[in-house]
Amino acid sequence: MIQCKTSKEIGGMGHSLKRKEDIRFIQGKGHYVDDVKLPGMLYMDIVRSPYAYAKIKKINIEEAMKVPGVVAVVTGKDLEKYNLHWMPTLMSDTQMVLPTDTVMYQAQEVAAVIATSKYAARDGREAVKVEYEPMKPVIDPFKSLDPGAPVLRSDKEGKKDNHIWHWEVGDKNKTDDVFAKAEVVVKEQMHIPRIHVASIETCGCVADYDKVNNHLTMYMTTQAPHAIRTVIALVAGHVGLTEEKIRVISPDIGGGFGGKVPVYPGYVIAIAVSFLVGKPVKWIEDRSENLQADSFARDYHITAEMAGTKDGKILATRFKILADHGYTDASANPSKFPTGMFSVATGSYDYDTTYMECDAVYTNKPPGGVAYRCSFRVTEAVHAIERITDRYALEIGKDPAELRLQNFIKKEDFPWKSPTGWIYDSGDYHKGLLKAMDTVNYHQLRAEQAEKRKRGELMGIGISTFTEIVGAGPSKDFDILGIKMFDSAEIRVHPTGKAIARFGTKSQGQGHETTYAQIIAEELGIPAENIQIEEGDTDTAPYGLGTYASRSTPTAGAAAAVAARKLRDKARKIAAYLLEVSEDDLEWEPGKFFVKGAPEKSKTIQEIVFASYTNHPPGMEAGFEATHYYDPPNLTFPSGAYICVVDIDKETGAIHVRRFVAIDDCGNIINPMIVQGQVHGGLTQGIAPAMYEELIYDEAGNILNGTFMDYLVPTAVESPKWETGHTVTPSPHHPIGAKGVGESPTVGAPPAIANAIVDALSPYGITHLDIPITPFKVWKALKEKGVV
Amino acid sequence: MLKQITVTVNGVQHTLEVEPRLLLVHMIREVLNLTGTHIGCDTSSCGACTILLDGKSIKSCTVLAVQANGKSITTIEGVAQNGELSPLQEGFKENHGLHCGFCTPGMILRATELLANNPNPTEEEIRWGIAGNLCRCTGYNNIVKAIQYAGAKMRGDELPSTEPEFV
Ligand code: FES
Ligand code: FES
Repeated sequence: MIQCKTSKEIGGMGHSLKRKEDIRFIQGKGHYVDDVKLPGMLYMDIVRSPYAYAKIKKINIEEAMKVPGVVAVVTGKDLEKYNLHWMPTLMSDTQMVLPTDTVMYQAQEVAAVIATSKYAARDGREAVKVEYEPMKPVIDPFKSLDPGAPVLRSDKEGKKDNHIWHWEVGDKNKTDDVFAKAEVVVKEQMHIPRIHVASIETCGCVADYDKVNNHLTMYMTTQAPHAIRTVIALVAGHVGLTEEKIRVISPDIGGGFGGKVPVYPGYVIAIAVSFLVGKPVKWIEDRSENLQADSFARDYHITAEMAGTKDGKILATRFKILADHGYTDASANPSKFPTGMFSVATGSYDYDTTYMECDAVYTNKPPGGVAYRCSFRVTEAVHAIERITDRYALEIGKDPAELRLQNFIKKEDFPWKSPTGWIYDSGDYHKGLLKAMDTVNYHQLRAEQAEKRKRGELMGIGISTFTEIVGAGPSKDFDILGIKMFDSAEIRVHPTGKAIARFGTKSQGQGHETTYAQIIAEELGIPAENIQIEEGDTDTAPYGLGTYASRSTPTAGAAAAVAARKLRDKARKIAAYLLEVSEDDLEWEPGKFFVKGAPEKSKTIQEIVFASYTNHPPGMEAGFEATHYYDPPNLTFPSGAYICVVDIDKETGAIHVRRFVAIDDCGNIINPMIVQGQVHGGLTQGIAPAMYEELIYDEAGNILNGTFMDYLVPTAVESPKWETGHTVTPSPHHPIGAKGVGESPTVGAPPAIANAIVDALSPYGITHLDIPITPFKVWKALKEKGVV
Repeated sequence: MLKQITVTVNGVQHTLEVEPRLLLVHMIREVLNLTGTHIGCDTSSCGACTILLDGKSIKSCTVLAVQANGKSITTIEGVAQNGELSPLQEGFKENHGLHCGFCTPGMILRATELLANNPNPTEEEIRWGIAGNLCRCTGYNNIVKAIQYAGAKMRGDELPSTEPEFV
């Protein structure tokens, strides 16, 4: 059980406080973007390309303009007049808002229809006639660099091929040397396929430009409202929309998972139209548009190699990646990290040699890459290291749990410098794995498996012991568009001792309204219930970089604690004044200061706050509020030990996940109920790519499963009953010792599942299968080996 | 060509002029401003739009408003009675059966019919029973617990623990 310092009434750290936000959601009183209704509001629908790569010969809008209710049709040529037809991406590339001559992927925005109702806008969309001249697209990233391949980005001056960038880290010569001399070398080619976050709420906005006041209010589904405000100002400042004239409001968000970080063309078009017609414009994409055109995740082709000794000592790793970024590099990374945090791929293991390289290429697909609880490509990194570690164990005939225990970085070796330069803050990997093994009864399972193998039955056990890297990040390395990746909190306590606090992050269901209040409750002793938390309105909340990559607790959570501590210092001064003692004579316990040795002489936080408005010490500023912008000294490195047990039907390939045990370590826990909920959801988003989800394109660039009919989001039936638990290894640099956790389960789960399935099939010489591992894939692999 | 329909929504009768093609979900959200009912897809897959039509859970994106003529509708806004949460609403809150809250209204209405037909469902019956409702946040475990909790409450059984089983 988790020890709490505060009473249940205060509800600080460690309490499984029920969520404040639930009361509106369970009664249909949430306020999501599509719930916004403004006087005179128009509706926008988007004409999209049926081709992956084509010249636009002509856009005929005549018929559309005759549709009752249609007020305008906007094309790229219209936006070009205002220089709004292209926009910058977070990776210093450029992305079309609306094309003027060429479409680059199927479902790309081609024109926008504005009408007085949703239905009229859709009618108008059907009436727009576009003439295309289709061209042969580049779909396979391996062919993208062929000499004969068409140069997709001929709009970029001097661009002669489809190569975007090359990245590398580590010591190539040393690594090659270790590999050349190693007793054992294993190698697998893996594809981490393209998937989609598919939050149940799609993306959308209401752009409301007020001509009289030259002011834009933008309600939108965004995980990073402040950064978006700055981006809008950068894109549209030249037409008069400067930053103080823009208010971005990110209301309740129906799930984000990284899919609501980027700026999509739809938002920009809605702003442009509202600016031109002077009325509010609503754009809400439907599910098919969301799956087909919004930011994808993953799509890394990785050659993973591991070198080691015969008895199981890992010596080196080598990773070579081909990254498919679609037609522009719009992946939502910190600007100095084109492959995100992939370089954490050395994993939880103690060795000092690695080399990693990545080449990114353009293809005729939508842009994206970083999304879906990936922590900036850590999903890919962890998949690579955890799969290749298992492959190594298989090669030398060693139990994969034992191999991991043998190679783990030891508890006492933290802070530990990884071969690619990360300073892992803390960890106790042995404890985590042993707890997971104990929970699942590992050795008994192996015995059962041996029995079953004798009978030809397929049972597999898969392990994933991962290290995450979250909480970007320290200003010396981390920025988005030059803005350092700090985050912020602003706490204001009212005269009667109740508080309002605002943050630069933005919850999309992670429970910030509850957990941030708990942090402040912990520090100040004001009941969490009496602390109102707000995020998402750029006019009121302090500037922050938003919520993604599990950064809220590491950054804004830290800011909350630091701001609260500033207030506690002030409270101590006021208490000393009121009690007529020196500050040093005071002792704090949650909720009050008392005089050392005379506990009956005390002042509660409520009395102290009241005094700050009614009777503040001479020379001190009145009131009781504090702000902090927190620049993290390091990232946080949560970890986990996951074990998955599967049974496979030989005849059909059907995979049954019998058990899944997840032990997470995210340091000190703010709210166990919420952490567990994050883990459940994240594990389901781990089984999804491992077994069900993939965006599939044919050679012509048609998406083959762009709706929920065949993009298989798991239901309650597919989702296993998750068994969850924790160990606590606090982050030494974080004010409350907490680490991020939201993405750990999605990062950690897929290799545990893949390892379990491959483990089940390994007696038949199967050493690797790419995710998603479907019954058909299993059956086919068994068929090829002559087993069925 | 508008059609006149009469529907009772959360106990209140409305007479409306609607286009025959108007989807019930849009009537509920856009015409009646009951925005608790959500839209999560365009292929009848997600169940975020689930409401009760004459007591039956249906996906309101897959029914025309005119088909609801003469019928009675319950949306999430009509679930609490006199300010008191229904056992399911309470169950979802107590068991952390929601995160972003987007699937929640549909889940609660689907589960309302489930429990009406099967007051003491097994876990498997619950999971199959809500298989028409997608949730991207919770991983379903706590939704199952929430429905079990509501079932227990409605049957008058002892309430199961709402503490997270976080070993
Ligand atoms: S909106 Fe998805 S089923 Fe109705
Ligand atoms: S709570 Fe977010 S979709 Fe279910």
